[in-house]
This record gives sequence, C-alpha cells and structure tokens, in this order.
Amino acid sequence: MPLVRIENISKSFGKNRVLDGITFDIEPGAVKVIIGPSGTGKSTLLRCINMLAPPDSGKIWLQDTEITAPHTDLIKIRQKIGMVFQHFALFKHLRAVDNVALGLHRVKKMNRSDAYEKAKQNLQKVGMQDHGDKYPAQLSGGQQQRVGIARALAMDPLLMLFDEPTSALDPELIGEVLMVMQKLALEGMTMVCVTHEMGFAKSVANEIIFMEGGHILEASPPAEMFNNPRNERTRSFLHKINELYGESK
Amino acid sequence: MLESVIYILTNIPLLMKGVWMAVQITVLSVLLGMVIGIAVAFLRIYGSKNMRRLVSFYEWVFRGIPQLVLLFIVYFGLPGIGINLSPFLCVVIGLGLCSSAYQAQIYRGAILSIGSEQMEAGLSLGLSKTRTLFYVILPQAVRLSLPGFTNEFTIVLKDSPLAYAVGIAEILKYGRDLIVSSFRPFEIYLAAALIYFVLFQLFYYLFKAIASRYQVPGYIISGE
Repeated sequence: MPLVRIENISKSFGKNRVLDGITFDIEPGAVKVIIGPSGTGKSTLLRCINMLAPPDSGKIWLQDTEITAPHTDLIKIRQKIGMVFQHFALFKHLRAVDNVALGLHRVKKMNRSDAYEKAKQNLQKVGMQDHGDKYPAQLSGGQQQRVGIARALAMDPLLMLFDEPTSALDPELIGEVLMVMQKLALEGMTMVCVTHEMGFAKSVANEIIFMEGGHILEASPPAEMFNNPRNERTRSFLHKINELYGESK
Repeated sequence: MLESVIYILTNIPLLMKGVWMAVQITVLSVLLGMVIGIAVAFLRIYGSKNMRRLVSFYEWVFRGIPQLVLLFIVYFGLPGIGINLSPFLCVVIGLGLCSSAYQAQIYRGAILSIGSEQMEAGLSLGLSKTRTLFYVILPQAVRLSLPGFTNEFTIVLKDSPLAYAVGIAEILKYGRDLIVSSFRPFEIYLAAALIYFVLFQLFYYLFKAIASRYQVPGYIISGE
C-alpha cells in the first residue's frame, strides 16, 4: 500500500489554474524529486499534501485516511508530515533548541525535559548540537535550514516535504544541507523534494517528476530522465538547468 | 530670576497631587486602547471580509476625530442616551477609543511584518491556527510593536491634560487653582511642563528597559 495517494487533484488561485489533475503515489521509503520551471505549482503541490493549501478537487490519502475529506483532523495529519521551507521559517524569537522542542512539548505533549532531550538528539542528527542556544539570526542560512530539518524530523514524521530547501542559500552552504538530506534518504525516510539540485536528484531520488503548467509531463527514474527524456519540454528544461548549474555529476 | 526658580520648585509638590491622576488616566486609556487595538488588528487580518471592512471603518473614524471633540461627545453625549458615567471614565473612554485606532495600526503592521511562512511553519508542526497565533505570532508581534507602543503611550500621556476640560483634578487643574491665588501663570505652567517632562522620561526609559529585556539577538532592535 502506498504511504500517500494523490488522485487527480486540481487547485486554482483566482483564474490561475496552478494544479490541473495531478495523480501519483508515494511508496514508503521513496525519494521523489519534483522539478520544473517556476510558477508551475510545485510548491502548491507540496502544500496540498499537508493541506496547508487544500486542493479544490481530487483526493489525497495518507495511509488509509482520506485527508481531503471534510472534518479530517488536520492537526493529527500534519504531525505525521514534516515540512522544510525555502526561507527556513524558524521561529525567530526562539533559540534553535526551542524551535525543535516547541512541537514536541506543545503538540506531542511531551514533558519539558523529555522534549528538550529529544530536541538535542535531533539537533545532533543534523550536526547542530553545539548551536542549540543560538537564535536564528545568529546562524548562517545553512545552519538555519539544518535546524529547520531537525524541527520537522523531531516529530517522527512518516513523510518529509522539502520546498526548495537550498535555493535561498549561498552556494558554499548548499552542501551541508544536501548532506543531511542525503543521510535522511539513506536511513529510509520517505521524502518529496522540490529542488533544482540535479546532483542530489541523480544520486538520491528514485523518481524525478517533471511538472509544467500544473501537469506532470514526465515521471521516471533519474537515469532514464537524464539520459533519455521522452518529452521535448523535459529535454529543454534539463538542458537549461545544466547550462545554469553546470553539468551535474 | 532666582526667585522664579525657587517659586517653581516650591510649587511642584503642590502640583504633584495631580500626577497620580494623570498616570491613572494614561495607563487605563492605553490599556483600553490596547485591548480594542489588538482585537481590531487581528480582525483586520484574520477576520471575514465584512468584518475587515467594519474594523477598518472603525479605524478610519477614530483616527479622524480630535481627542477633545471625542471626549466632549462621550462626556455630553452618553447621558443623553441614558448612560451616566463619571468624568474620569469618560476621559478614559475618549482617550482610549482614539488610541485604539492608532494602536490597531501598530499591531497590524507588526503582525504583517512577521510573514506567512511563520504561520505555515506552526501549522505544519500540527499546531492549530489559534495556538500558532499564541506561541509564534503573538510573541514576535509584541516585540515588534514595542517601539510604536512606547511612542503611543507617551502621546497619550501628553494628551492626558485634556481631562482638565471635564473638570478632573489632574496636574493642570491644581495649577489653575494655584494661579487663581498667586497670579503667576508662567511659573506654574513651567512647573507643570517640568513634571510632564520627567514623567515622559520615566516611562520612556521603563519601556526601553522592557524592550532590551525581551530583545532577541540580531532580530528586533529596541526602538529609539
């Protein structure tokens, strides 16, 4: 049984149809990378999966719960789906460790000392154990993003969503975040990543999904997608990406 | 000259009787303005479309009326519809309503500058919207609005002498009583100015201390 089933979802903002009949499954342990030109609904698709932006039509299941059904307990659902944001979205008035502990203490109702113990363990997982007492503004972008990953990870999610996690980072900081993501993938975490990092996509993803104009134009394993793209649009997009970011290894 | 200075200094204690009243009026007006202002700010951002219209109309009206006129409307108008309040309460309501419109803008600006990703981050962890407001948005909004709030507080403090117009015994009223017997308005009003000036500085530094106490490194700068 797939972990997530997405069935024919559509969403519009005003007259702009951002998602137009998207269907795919996410198997447990899968790493899916979504690519495509900006404005094609990649971020919106992620926000549909955790219902931050509920689709206008279509259905989404998490395991055997239809989360798009009315009166679904979204509070429960979202605890099982971690999200990492493009601009980190750390709570700016809280230290790194407080950021990670907040959900454990206030949502999972762990007592304070257990929550902080677990928060520290999760900071360690992303190599941020020495920076727990710092506020977000005292951390570099790469460090902030790693705290963001720890914050989502600490909730023990079934699935992690990454919304362009490295596109707001200076080039020299991208590596540390990708390394953490790679480690997560190797440990078997189910992940859906919107990213332009083709090197990461090639080495970690099971499947690349190319989106344009609210549709999935092509979905295939990386080797096939990069060596032999079937769709003309995919081919020209990959070509442009290569020109911009260099030939990915 | 020296005699004037001595006269001012000797009369300050007599005016001080009005200080407590001025502080009471200021603090209560600001508190009333804060309660309404926070509600208005949240409703203007998170309320339904009609609610947003209604509260922006509220802001628009109360920012456009001079405090003294509003104060007289409350003072002379409410008894007309059967509500009899003490002059003190009328002053607090008049200044409070006026301040609420300004405070609403301060809080709204603070909430808006926090950005929608913070709300999304709270929701994505499994916090409800209300709990995200409480744990994430509010603590940041309070810090961001402190400089504006400090400013508004001192403005209300300096508006508090309007209470004199409805006969409340605050600093100016005691001054007036002294002038009637001494005929030295210049010195008395200078003494009143000095008292207000010191009060202003006291509150200013109080709020500045609060701001630096809750300052988050690198994020929010305590206001100048």
